[in-house]
Amino acid sequence: MSAQPNANTPLVDVRGVSKHFGGVMAVDGVDCTLHAGEVVGLLGHNGAGKSTLIKMLSGVYPPDSGEIRVHGQPVRFESPRDARAAGIETIHQTLALADNLDAAANLFLGRELMTRFNTLDIPRMEHEARKVIGRLNPNFTQLHKPVRAMSGGQRQTVAIARALYFNARILIMDEPCAALGPAETRMVIETIQRLKAEGIGIFLISHDMPDVFEVCDRVTVMKNGRVIGTERVADVTPDDVLEMIILGRAPEHRPHAAPALATGRR
Amino acid sequence: MNALFQKTGFDPRFTSMVLVLLAVWAGLSALTGGVFLTPRNLYNLSIQTCVTGVMACGMVYLIVARQIDLSVGSLLAFTGMLIAYTQVQVFPPEAGWGWPLSLAIGIAAGVAVGAFQGWWVAYRQVPAFVVTLAGYLMYRGAAFLVADGQTIAPLHPSYQLLGGGMSGSIGATASWLLAAAACAAVVWQRWQARRTRARYEAAQLPLWADGLRVVLQCAAIVGFVAVMNSYTGLDAAQQRVAKGIAVPVLILIGVVAALTFVSQRTRFGRYVFAFGGNPEAALLSGIPTLRVQLYLFMLMGALAALAGMITTARLNSGANSIGQMAELYVIAAAVIGGTSLSGGVGSIPGCIVGALLIQSLDNGMVLLDVTSAKRQILIGLVLIAAVWFDVVYNRKAAR
Repeated sequence: MSAQPNANTPLVDVRGVSKHFGGVMAVDGVDCTLHAGEVVGLLGHNGAGKSTLIKMLSGVYPPDSGEIRVHGQPVRFESPRDARAAGIETIHQTLALADNLDAAANLFLGRELMTRFNTLDIPRMEHEARKVIGRLNPNFTQLHKPVRAMSGGQRQTVAIARALYFNARILIMDEPCAALGPAETRMVIETIQRLKAEGIGIFLISHDMPDVFEVCDRVTVMKNGRVIGTERVADVTPDDVLEMIILGRAPEHRPHAAPALATGRR
Repeated sequence: MNALFQKTGFDPRFTSMVLVLLAVWAGLSALTGGVFLTPRNLYNLSIQTCVTGVMACGMVYLIVARQIDLSVGSLLAFTGMLIAYTQVQVFPPEAGWGWPLSLAIGIAAGVAVGAFQGWWVAYRQVPAFVVTLAGYLMYRGAAFLVADGQTIAPLHPSYQLLGGGMSGSIGATASWLLAAAACAAVVWQRWQARRTRARYEAAQLPLWADGLRVVLQCAAIVGFVAVMNSYTGLDAAQQRVAKGIAVPVLILIGVVAALTFVSQRTRFGRYVFAFGGNPEAALLSGIPTLRVQLYLFMLMGALAALAGMITTARLNSGANSIGQMAELYVIAAAVIGGTSLSGGVGSIPGCIVGALLIQSLDNGMVLLDVTSAKRQILIGLVLIAAVWFDVVYNRKAAR
């Protein structure tokens, strides 16, 4: 466990992180890791603690205890700004878009490009937005509309483009396909696969088993704030994973199956 | 109709407001036998609009960010009294430095009070409605305490110019020069916008649409100055000279230009709109949302002090009863001008049209000898109608 990062150092290493709200332990001693070029599915029922975990990773609130390491270095995020500075981009389930602003304004929200007079460089932001969105979805050209007037897929494209533009090494996607039709879901899945090939590490929250088995390398299953187990997708069936989610126990039919971390590390 | 607006890039809401304003003017002109549209009355109207207009600019920002300030009328009275009191009672009345210093004290007090309100709203999460309703009471009391309820007069002659009184305007030549500069700025800005859009290969409005916009804007500027210049008054040497643009109108134009720029070209303006559109998204994007709210109330305080300055300068006295009901006129102007009470939407030019509309009704009814009690009822009804229009418009836009 040296602090010096090497090829085997996880991008993200969550160690014994806990968070409680009042008397409720939302996240209780969670361990998980994410490596470069890997997609890790975070699974569990609503209220299992997934969202709280990713909110800590994206700097929305600090953990009560435990440690988060990024590239092997312990980090402490005071705000979403800190997490972004550490290369963690989050696509929230709500997408976190300002409905009244257009695509470019949302893409650069909080990180506007400025002219040398310290004013908003609107044409340049629009130009850059057009480029990055065009790469994701060439059919999406109506960038001037407020986000309110866009389709679910277009809104999702804006949210993904925002995460990609700033060269994140670590991406957190909270149910990116929940509100999308089949064609748009395809676009998101293909995007995830391309990013993975580029060496980006992705935490994916999803309830859709086919999607999970298509793109994830490992799954970490949570229930009641705890990690039930982390499994390589190649080693388990969707039924095993559902059993973990619903019954809250690791698959027993394989002798080498062990709870929590053990199988997670490469 | 929608296609036309899309093609020309004209904002449908702003355009319809301007058309309503023109219709109201035509109606009032007919009812008053043409008195309403005389240069003399329009000159007065321009000055009457300033107090409401200056504060409405700040109110647009606040309402866009889902806040409200009900204390602006009382704060106007408090800061106005502070300016008058320090100018007359504290500093030597004849000194040339007394009135600018008193002005600085008034504006600083406005900013400080705004910071006080903003702190409660942003950092202690007390709803703005409650904080500023309390302020409505407190600052009216404070205005009384400044001079124990006395009216303070007279104020420094130079200070009086800020209110646009007898000689508080800039004359014909300077007005025409300003008009020329403004027209040049309009043309330059449009041309510059087209050039940068071409450079980035962004979508371009048709040339005739941009041309039409420039022509209309320049015509409005030239028309305004022509009217102001055709109102004449006697100067110190009893010569009849053209008035030109009044000083408070210049102040209003300055505030409008500055805040329009801030809303469109600066981070702060962008954050205000983002926060109003989706507070949670603003927070998740790392925007310092609490500080933005604090600054908004400080800005509103400064603008209330500016309005207090114009009011006291115009009346040539400070009294603790000034600015009563101003908060209603200001909020009405912002809402009539297209600022949505559900947040995220609003425009500075729109609120000026709104302020003009309210003041036109007020002014026109005075000409028609309508009692102040009846005027209050009508202004109240106009406010309800404006919000109703906002609701209907949003429902249509959402479809």
